[in-house]
Order: sequence, then structure tokens, then C-alpha cells
Amino acid sequence: MGVSAKLGNLGVVTTTLEQAVNWGRTGAMWPLLFGLACCAIEMMATQASDYDLSRFGMELNRASPRQSDLMIVAGRVTRKMAPVVRQLYDQMADPKWVISMGDCASCGGVYNNYAVVQGVDEIIPVDVYVAGCPPRPEQLIHGIMTLHERVKGERISQWA
Amino acid sequence: MRIPEAKDPVAALRTALPEAVLYAKDFRGETTIVVHPQHLVAALQFLRDTPGLVYNFLSDISSVDYYPEPPTEQRPERFAVSYHLLSMLYKRRIRVKVFVAEDEPEVDSITSLWPAANWLEREIYDMMGIRFRGHPDLRRVLLAEDWDGHPLRRDYPLGYEQVQFSFNVEEIIKHKPLAEE
Repeated sequence: MGVSAKLGNLGVVTTTLEQAVNWGRTGAMWPLLFGLACCAIEMMATQASDYDLSRFGMELNRASPRQSDLMIVAGRVTRKMAPVVRQLYDQMADPKWVISMGDCASCGGVYNNYAVVQGVDEIIPVDVYVAGCPPRPEQLIHGIMTLHERVKGERISQWA
Repeated sequence: MRIPEAKDPVAALRTALPEAVLYAKDFRGETTIVVHPQHLVAALQFLRDTPGLVYNFLSDISSVDYYPEPPTEQRPERFAVSYHLLSMLYKRRIRVKVFVAEDEPEVDSITSLWPAANWLEREIYDMMGIRFRGHPDLRRVLLAEDWDGHPLRRDYPLGYEQVQFSFNVEEIIKHKPLAEE
């Protein structure tokens, strides 16, 4: 007597380990509770009820880097803040991803001066850049979707 | 209690400390007294404690860098530090200014007169590199501790990256210090 005879027709789905794990990773990608400037306001709006980021399994921002998968660098990174950002990134457990949100985080934006890091990619590796000053919540969601597509395409050989 | 009659600050300071005042000027109702750096603390204390003046509130301390222009008679040194005082009793303000030499940028600290001057002087030290003699804790207050140079000086480089356009983006990316994993 097989399982199907005991429990009825379960419906069998065949998949690969890669796809199952990547689906799990994209379905519950928790961002780090971390905002640096005005872009963080748009990030909060993205999480609030109008845009509702929890539709994509991101309903809570973890206040600890140990519990988060995704770092959304929302705002300009000053050179005084840069070591802190790098340390937060180093404290995050693998697998981890970084979205650079807005012009300032991506390339310095209008703050082309001595005090601001000209792009957060000088201190941490970035997966997706979101343009805009600040980007609207739709743009941030599009950036997150782009990252999800990228994660879904990852192979076992690339897993950390 | 009767409030004493308000006195003219420039005349009073000239009478009390004649060697301290270099010159004084009026511009659009604002009085500026330029004093000799050696008599700065004495002059400020006189302005604060003399009846009829009572400039008892230190609004702000600011600093100026006159870098590209050569010194003149009115402006003998490269740097200047301005003390903005307010008399809450007589509702009037005054500015006291000292000039600071480029090769040894140092003035006396006034934290003994106003404890509020502590962080203001630290900020000037941080951004302009003017040291304050007798300051209890002269560290950087805004920038990181290992910062190189003083950014508000006019000879400090403004930025460190060219603006990217489509014609030069590849050249800039080639030299950009990208982070490792």
C-alpha cells in the first residue's frame, strides 16, 4: 500500500534542489532595519500598507544583521558612516544581498564632496542599483523583483 | 533694582583696555571690534562682566579663511575667529574678532568664561584646524578621528570623483575602487 492509496492523490511536483532553495530564499528575504537618509522614508512607505512589501515575504525588517538576508542601503553613506556599513555587512550571515537604493548610495548623487562615499559599491559589493532621488516605492519594488529574478537563477556552484 | 544705563561697548573697551583694541567698525548696524589675540580673554570678560554692557550670552563662534587673498592692513592674517555675543539685558549684539596667523593657528580658549564654547571650539578645530590654547578636550567633533586635514580650509580639495557622463563613464569605472566580497 503506497502513500497515495493511504492519503489520496497528493499531486506530485518534481523540481530540483536548486529551484526549491531559491524559491525559499526569494519568498522570505528579510531586509536589515537600516536607513541612512531621505530614501529611508520611501523605504518605509514601501513597507507600509499602501505598497505592502509583505506581499513578497518581506513583512519584517530585522533589527539585527545576524537575522537578515538583504541590506537596502537607503541614502548617502558618509565617510564616517562607511566603516559601520561595512561592519554591518560583514556581520550578516550568508547568503546575503545588497540593494543600493537611490542616486546617493549608487554614485554619490549630488553630494560630490569630501564627506560622502561616491557609491556604496566602494565599500560593499552591490547586487542591484535602484536609480531615483529618491526612488518611488514602485521603483524599489522593481529593484527587489530584479534581485528575486537574479536569486532564482543562481546555481548550486554559486551558493556560498 | 534699577538697571544701569547702557554704555557704548567700543568706547568702554577702548578706555579700559586701550592696548587690546586694534580697530572697530560699524556695518549696517552691526558692531565689530577687532582685538589683539593676546587680550582676547580679557576683552571678552570685560564685555561680559561690566555693568552697562553685560554681553552675557555667547551666541556662536565662527571662523574665516581668507586664503587666496593677500593680507591687508585691515586683515593682517589668513585666519580669523569671530565671537558673537548677545546682551540679553540690553537686547543688542556685538562681534569680537581676532586674526590668527597661518603658520601657528592658535588662540586662547574661552571655555573658562563660557563652558558652552567647548564644542564650538572643537568644531572650529575640526573643520578649520585652529587650535585653542587651554581647551580641556580638543578633539574632532564632527569628522572621524583619523581624518586627514581640515575640510573648511579654502585650500582643501572639494571632492574626489569626477561627475560621470556617457563620454567618460568607462574611464571613471576603470579607476573606481570597487569593494571585494
